[in-house]
Amino acid sequence: MLSIKNLQVSVEEKPILKGLNLEVKPGEIHAIMGPNGSGKSTLAHVLSGREGYQVDSGSASYKGLNLLEMAPEIRAREGMFLAFQYPIEIPGVNNTSFLKKALNEIRKHRGEEELDAIDFLSLIKKQMKLVEMKEELLKRPVNQGFSGGEKKRNEILQMAVLNPTLAILDETDSGLDIDALRIVAGGVNKLRSSDNSFVVITHYQRLLDYIVPDFVHVLSNGQIIKSGTKELALELEERGYDWLLEEAESKV
Amino acid sequence: MIDKTNKTAPKNDENIAMSDEQQTIQNITDQDYKYGFVTDIEMEAFPKGLDENIVRMISAKKNEPEFMTEWRLKAYRYWRKQKEPKWPKLEYSEVDYEDLYYYAAPKKDGPKSLDEVDPELLKTFDKLGVPLEERELLAGVAVDAVIDSVSVATTFKDKLGELGIIFCPISEAIQDHPELVKKYLGTVVPYTDNFYATLNSAVFSDGSFVYIPPGVRCPMELSSYFRINASKTGQFERTLIVADKGSYVSYLEGCTAPMRDENQLHAAVVELIALDDAEIKYSTVQNWYAGNKEGVGGIFNFVTKRGLCGGSNSKISWTQVETGSAITWKYPSCILKGDNSVGEFYSVALTNNYQQADTGTKMIHQGKNTRSLIISKGISAGKSNNAYRGLVKVNSKAENARNYSQCDSLLIGDQCGAHTYPYLEIENPSAQVEHEATTSKVSEDQIFYLNQRGISTEDAVGMIVSGYAREVFQQLPMEFAVEAQALMSVSLEGSVG
Repeated sequence: MLSIKNLQVSVEEKPILKGLNLEVKPGEIHAIMGPNGSGKSTLAHVLSGREGYQVDSGSASYKGLNLLEMAPEIRAREGMFLAFQYPIEIPGVNNTSFLKKALNEIRKHRGEEELDAIDFLSLIKKQMKLVEMKEELLKRPVNQGFSGGEKKRNEILQMAVLNPTLAILDETDSGLDIDALRIVAGGVNKLRSSDNSFVVITHYQRLLDYIVPDFVHVLSNGQIIKSGTKELALELEERGYDWLLEEAESKV
Repeated sequence: MIDKTNKTAPKNDENIAMSDEQQTIQNITDQDYKYGFVTDIEMEAFPKGLDENIVRMISAKKNEPEFMTEWRLKAYRYWRKQKEPKWPKLEYSEVDYEDLYYYAAPKKDGPKSLDEVDPELLKTFDKLGVPLEERELLAGVAVDAVIDSVSVATTFKDKLGELGIIFCPISEAIQDHPELVKKYLGTVVPYTDNFYATLNSAVFSDGSFVYIPPGVRCPMELSSYFRINASKTGQFERTLIVADKGSYVSYLEGCTAPMRDENQLHAAVVELIALDDAEIKYSTVQNWYAGNKEGVGGIFNFVTKRGLCGGSNSKISWTQVETGSAITWKYPSCILKGDNSVGEFYSVALTNNYQQADTGTKMIHQGKNTRSLIISKGISAGKSNNAYRGLVKVNSKAENARNYSQCDSLLIGDQCGAHTYPYLEIENPSAQVEHEATTSKVSEDQIFYLNQRGISTEDAVGMIVSGYAREVFQQLPMEFAVEAQALMSVSLEGSVG
């Protein structure tokens, strides 16, 4: 599904990712944890094709395609989805028509017929139940005037409608209260299947109580310094990151 | 020469990655046109330049009654004493008024087939989904298809005639309804109004005339696709719309497909008159050729549009989507003379590359309880400059006048400019005037967000801009609104990334 080898990325000449390796297979959920400034969001942005990041060396392939050479919209149409840490507001653009356009772009790319308004509405109404979102939010402009929790639910709704093969959740838990967290995580769990994979980026272990990962990786200073199973997350919760960082340093 | 054009015109599929080469091709084809006009021109043109004789000849050519000839001459003499205004925030090389043709009958000229037309233009037609027969018409190809539209127009005319509605070229109205023309022409925009309107009064070529009799609601949108294809002739359009008591009309001007025109100068005048309880809705989509990406060529559009809410409870609403022309100078205005009358102005003005627009409105409150609404949405991209200039004036006798103005600017990229010049002249203390203004940018974050959902950058910018201008698009008739949104994306092509 996703194979990252020795990825080195810098922003304005400053190295952020310093040789990152990651293998994600279909059906797997990988959690990426780490202290602030370790490069978690950079990883999410580079994978989804955001401008402003310089890839210095290494490779990333997705479904056998050279990911780093693809335009962001092509990555999306190939089934890659990023749930934004800070979802963007787009004034005046209706949430439903935006999502319909997005879905139809993806369907066109796959050679499928575009959905008309009626079919689309029945799909979206079904998926809205996953995230317990108010129907009224469909009529509003994209994310405008949404509360923090509503924005995050809107991200998961988009994910449910677009049905990606690889979803990257960038700190989706930040700013969520416990109820919203449960709803968002519940949405993700319902979308899980043996065909799709998730990369869950989070600062806290809390989210992983609800979305149980197959693997946990600790990112620090641009490298994965430790990988393990879900127990690693619990250990981090208990002991913090410092012991790991020290361990990593002593190895150098 | 035709062979050469054919050879250089690339097939559609190849167009995408060829923009530089295409620019060169465009330049070559443009040059070809110029020579083409010189060699096989067959046009009934008067000599260049303007004097009393030319004015008389224009009037004679159109078989106009004495009063029209006199009116044109008065305008001409007044114009001679005027200077071109320099106050707008526009920069352009001086127009040589003695180097223009002031009258030319549209005869066969221009390209012989679509093979000879600028491939860039054809690509745009493709994107806008313009039907084939219309493409030829818009590109100035002389075709039989015109006959179809003439017959369609005649059918409409019969139906309107039954209701007593007059909808015809103004040259025809001057012949057939001189009393109406004499009564209303120049009453809203007098021939002394401004440099361009004065020039137009002297030499106007043609335009539309509409009269809606009392109590009649015009059952269809009246629209004018106007067309000119004579080389180097200033375009002087004149439109007069009169809505008699208790009547209603919605009028559409222009079209979304880019219109090619060799004439650089356009100075049109539109006058609207709404009597008691009458309503006029006037919608424009202006997409004249804007010049190439380097800012060469393109139309200078100096337009005077004004409506008079003459009767009580009358209403005039202007909606404009301005995306074309190298230079736009245009202030559709309302004189709110009748008590309780309402004036509205909804505008989207988009500039890209080196385009310049100085546009806005004037709302002149004279009657009691008059209300006006101004929603202006400027969009600047490339190296363009976009200015809103608006006046809200409340006269001393206009008790309880109300105005709400909202002027927003949207910037795309960091080399463009947006300017707002609101003027307020309030002479009555009971007036309530509100003005709000915002400036925002299309952010990379927004584009990336849409990209990440599978939407291309071009579509993303189109969506963001359409969302921003939604309040104005909502005012347009349905089909027009859909086309106008497509036009946004096409006009902004290449402005991001």
